[in-house]
Amino acid sequence: MVSFIGRRLCQALFVLLIISVVSFIIQDNLGDPVRQMVGQSVSLQERAALQQELGLNDPLLQQYGRFLMGALQGDLGMSYYYKQPTLDVIVSRLPATLELSFCALLLVIILATPLGVIAAIHPKSLLSRAVLFISTLGLSIPIFIVAVFLMYFFAIEWRVLPSFGRGETTSFLGLWQTGLFNQDGLRHLLLPSFSLAFVLTPIFIRLIRAEMQDVLQSDFIRYAWSKGISAPRIYFLHALKNTMLPVITVGGIQAGTLVAYTILTESIFQWPGMGLLFMEAVTRVDVPLISAYLMVVGVIFVVTNTLVDVVYSMVNPRVRIPGYSA
Amino acid sequence: MSLLSVNGLSVKFRQRHQDLVALHDVSFSLDRGERIAIVGESGAGKSVLGYALVNLLMKPGFIDAGSVQFDGRELTKLSPKQWQGIRGKKIAMIFQDPMVTLNPVLTIGAQMIEAIRSHTRIAYKDARKLAIEKLAHVRISAPSQRFDQYPHELSGGMRQRVIIAIALLLNPEIIIADEPTTALDVTIQAEILQLLKQICADNGVALILITHDFGVVSRIAERTFVMYAGRIVEQGPTLEIINDPQHPYTQGLLNALPQMALPGQRLNQIKGNMPPLNDQPSGCAFHPRCPYAEERCRQNPPGFVYSGVSTVACYVVEDMLSEFSQHDGDDSYE
Repeated sequence: MVSFIGRRLCQALFVLLIISVVSFIIQDNLGDPVRQMVGQSVSLQERAALQQELGLNDPLLQQYGRFLMGALQGDLGMSYYYKQPTLDVIVSRLPATLELSFCALLLVIILATPLGVIAAIHPKSLLSRAVLFISTLGLSIPIFIVAVFLMYFFAIEWRVLPSFGRGETTSFLGLWQTGLFNQDGLRHLLLPSFSLAFVLTPIFIRLIRAEMQDVLQSDFIRYAWSKGISAPRIYFLHALKNTMLPVITVGGIQAGTLVAYTILTESIFQWPGMGLLFMEAVTRVDVPLISAYLMVVGVIFVVTNTLVDVVYSMVNPRVRIPGYSA
Repeated sequence: MSLLSVNGLSVKFRQRHQDLVALHDVSFSLDRGERIAIVGESGAGKSVLGYALVNLLMKPGFIDAGSVQFDGRELTKLSPKQWQGIRGKKIAMIFQDPMVTLNPVLTIGAQMIEAIRSHTRIAYKDARKLAIEKLAHVRISAPSQRFDQYPHELSGGMRQRVIIAIALLLNPEIIIADEPTTALDVTIQAEILQLLKQICADNGVALILITHDFGVVSRIAERTFVMYAGRIVEQGPTLEIINDPQHPYTQGLLNALPQMALPGQRLNQIKGNMPPLNDQPSGCAFHPRCPYAEERCRQNPPGFVYSGVSTVACYVVEDMLSEFSQHDGDDSYE
């Protein structure tokens, strides 16, 4: 287990190195950070001084070297706009994004599993046809349209749910500002997580349905029937457990892209998370913040993929992580 | 009264234009504790017959006509709930490939316990005891250890033993074994067959052995049914059929056994292939491959006659018999 995590850490470092190179190369094309930082009244000399102070006149390679040295010591630079370490800014926004993604993923699992299973067991029933039709629709409608529609009906027409922000948050153990423990926070969470879930649910329904149909044809399912076991046990234990193997693999990758989708959702609902922060950083040409964001997302990807591997090995007895005893 | 009697069983596969017939009017019976074999090439409908008996035909297959009586109960009219009480409890199955029969993500123990507890109210502890007992019964080493293992940790022969143990859990009346040794190593085959035979004999379980291998049949079954293109073409006591096969197809099958060929020569084979379901020949289905085929074989399918050795559906055998009886004045028709 230790060597497995060690190997994953090395991979993560490699991924981060590549991300940092890419984010540094694009920075020249983003615009002039100094113009964003200072007003129009600042003189050219002062601008030049600031540019010098930020080290923007140095060659790119030297700037990158400086950044890399800092990064190795856990310092991802100062945000031009917030005048704070970028990591602190991101970490303060992390809970909002993680809560949103987590709730969306929970919704996806709760919605997609039974619907996918039903569509696989009774492929010709009216319900499964309806589910498939709606999921095709869901696949082809972009998330911002779904979000705007949800917002229009629930927040403007019917006035039952708030349209933006995170609402009231409480402190959890002093390190996490959470919206999960009070009604106002949960009400604010509903619309954003539903629109985020709307992107992934159709993919999962189709994935579970296709895999389950395959599994239901297999010999061990027919054998299970021949033992006289009840239908629910065959569908939800024998078949579903085997169905979940590929679903977990694909699902893990999709869970990573969920973080990317939060950028759109958070922008629409003004959700104060990392995605919104990133959008702001791009408009402000806050290069250190952009780089730091990309690197944090890289870490999230590696962490989720590692978790997926661990979960996969728990479901599939034929795969054991080296050194991890059952 | 026989334990299982099958009468005029027909199975079809639903197709867009025309249903394909997989079993034509199959009839046979099985007594308590009796061991029979159903023999034929791939595509003869042996497995379809096995699945039809326990109503496990894959869609679009369905039972079109006929009856299956088990212990006086008509099985073809049972509800899914009633079937659940028959499968595993009264009629157990052993499948062809033990590598894919057990569920890969559940332990051996879990798959045994669920078989027991689906049919009887029994505490987990007692079910576990029973399962381990049966594992020992089929001569699996360290049974209580195996109980907690996953299928992939066992060899093919071991897995087939586990499946036999599962079949035995509830003392069924009938075991249907569909090619139980085909996927196994040759050295393991004999062991498994011996085990199967002994266990059926010891517990008074009737066995329906489905196989393509006459070598397997001779060691196990008291009576043999030879199938071709969804029909039974010859049936009778195993030894007599092997010693004196009547139907040209049975003769071809026996002649094709490797031990029938001379060293250095090509193995014997029956010319041609089993006809596909959507292109069945008229008359006797075997006539395109039969060395004795005549015009009437192409017209109408022959009925069954008793040859003195076995019951056969063949015009040529019929003719030989009637010539024989004219000479002797003895009537051999059944």
